[in-house]
Amino acid sequence: MVSSSLSETSPEPLVADPPAEQPEQSGSVLTTLLRLHTRGEWSLIGLLFFLGVIVIPGLNLLPADSAFHFPDYLIPLLGKFMCYALVALAVDLIWGYAGILSLGHGVFFALGGYAMGMYLMRAIGTEGVYRSELPDFMVFLDWKELPWYWYGFSNFGFALGMALLVPGILAYIFGFFAFRSRIRGVYFSIITQAMTYALMLLFFRNDTGFGGNNGLTDFKRLLGFSLQEPTTKLGLYVTSVVVLILAYLACRYLVTSKLGRVLMAVRDAESRLMFCGYNPHSYKLFLWTLSAMLCGLAGALYVPQVGIINPSEMQPANSIEMAIWVAVGGRGTLSGALLGAFLVNGVKSWCTAAFPYLWLYILGAMFIVVTLFLPRGVAGLLRRQTEKRERVLPRPADAGHVSSLSNTGERG
Amino acid sequence: MSQDIPEEAIDQGGSPSMAHVARPGLDTSHGVMLYVEEVTVSFDGLKALNELTLYLNAGELRCLIGPNGAGKTTLLDVITGKTRPDTGTVFFGNNLDLTQLSEYDIALAGIGRKFQRPTVFHGHTVFENLELAMQANKKVWHSLLARLSRTQHDRIASTADTVGLLDQLHTRAGLLSHGQKQWLELGMLLIQDPQLLLVDEPVAGMTHQETERTAELLVSLAGKHTVVVVEHDMEFVRSLARTVTVLHEGSVLAEGSMEEVQSDPRVVEVYLGA
Repeated sequence: MVSSSLSETSPEPLVADPPAEQPEQSGSVLTTLLRLHTRGEWSLIGLLFFLGVIVIPGLNLLPADSAFHFPDYLIPLLGKFMCYALVALAVDLIWGYAGILSLGHGVFFALGGYAMGMYLMRAIGTEGVYRSELPDFMVFLDWKELPWYWYGFSNFGFALGMALLVPGILAYIFGFFAFRSRIRGVYFSIITQAMTYALMLLFFRNDTGFGGNNGLTDFKRLLGFSLQEPTTKLGLYVTSVVVLILAYLACRYLVTSKLGRVLMAVRDAESRLMFCGYNPHSYKLFLWTLSAMLCGLAGALYVPQVGIINPSEMQPANSIEMAIWVAVGGRGTLSGALLGAFLVNGVKSWCTAAFPYLWLYILGAMFIVVTLFLPRGVAGLLRRQTEKRERVLPRPADAGHVSSLSNTGERG
Repeated sequence: MSQDIPEEAIDQGGSPSMAHVARPGLDTSHGVMLYVEEVTVSFDGLKALNELTLYLNAGELRCLIGPNGAGKTTLLDVITGKTRPDTGTVFFGNNLDLTQLSEYDIALAGIGRKFQRPTVFHGHTVFENLELAMQANKKVWHSLLARLSRTQHDRIASTADTVGLLDQLHTRAGLLSHGQKQWLELGMLLIQDPQLLLVDEPVAGMTHQETERTAELLVSLAGKHTVVVVEHDMEFVRSLARTVTVLHEGSVLAEGSMEEVQSDPRVVEVYLGA
């Protein structure tokens, strides 16, 4: 430490920060967790959790003729939205916080989905159309035995692990070369588009061994539970909500940690960061891989709920849509990404039923409006409203919960 | 001073991978912090540095002056790994071959740099800027789990105090004035605690008073640290009153005290034009 202080009053001002909330004094997991949000925000999360995990399933379990019965067909739809929200979280992590726009996250999502789909195919057993041990499409292609890369997928744990590992490993290898070569900005985005396109073509081929353009479908059961049963669907939905909330909290921890601040510095001034002694490539690679794995998890939750996975999930347009969710919601804020995923997909569900031919125009218009008028997305708009209100109301000086040092809430 | 250093001592680091291993123990047993020997850098045929040779003693405060395009910033780029020399060697202490290390490895080895145009993290607060610059384990996993200790808090506060930004501790760096950004970057350099500080035009955009404080600060740093200051402001260089190296067209034109350098006819010619 450089001992020279030029101003005369060096010892006193060191206690400029309230010592009451020093992080080191409270090392337990619980306090770490509690520090992620203010009390108000925690209440909101609790409320959403209560609504998603208790109220909706409760109403769904009411008899079908009850006025309060939550319709069965909406459950998988909501579950699907949770998976999309998980994807939005993953995209926002890498785009909003590290400034890397990926237009290829559809690949990681689909790979996670395929891994789960392979388990579901194996779980069909001999109940397929051809009554064979092999999945139907293999019998159809006149294959005599299981390809080696299908081994192990009759085990659920193995398949789930692969749903995380395969996207992770692909992202790691891809990112390793891309970041090492210092590929940035629009060039990186274009390469990710190429990657998803290339993999889509690969998966369209029958020879690749994943069911060609039909993909994997006609699933029967998951861990012994029939996928046709409403209670199984409900269980999958609840699992999706819980995974989403846990993933959100993990991401929130990440972006409010020092790692998050380093990543934002990568986004804002990468070269300065290098001269501070950080290797930005390894930070980017870490986040990129993590983001891909999160996407894989979303895919694995998605497939049993929609009942099919095929290469169209890898269409370049799908990945672009994922980026639009985040842009609409507000990148750089995790809650914005979630909001965007729900908002865009909600509109999409309604639109594709009401006037299906208009959907793409509406999506395009949404993107243009957000880009032109709401650079910080809907979340930014909401925040601007709150800030306006706060400016009018006198604020109690430095009230309670928000520690001056750990106050990164503005960016949450 | 440095002509008598045996060749084998300089190359003691061996292969670049060895240099990696040797990082924590910087060997300056010969009293020399930096060896820049016959370094040439050319951009599209134009020689920004031309067989430049320069030695810095441990603990000295050196001023680099020279007209525009003399190669001052390029020299800093070479030392910090931003630009690789075409030929020549650059050693940090006796054992670290800087031409083989990346920018971040060089920074970790103990070389800090302040840029000509103040470069800080605009979206982060003053506190966070200092936190990021502070000497610590800068690997990914450590950052994920890092917690600031009481001492580290104090250290950030005292550094902010040193550079006069204690009141702005939680202000976003993007909102600071130009002079304050200069100070913040100096603060980041201080808290990084490097052994060699490279300071490029520290007083540009500062008031007279701020300039004086910067001079005081740099003088106080010398001794424990080795400091290189690149500056156009002759008044400022004179106030530092240390060894001055004059660069011209990519090589060293003259070296000595300010008086000696100023009375050198070649320097006068370069500065006043022939």
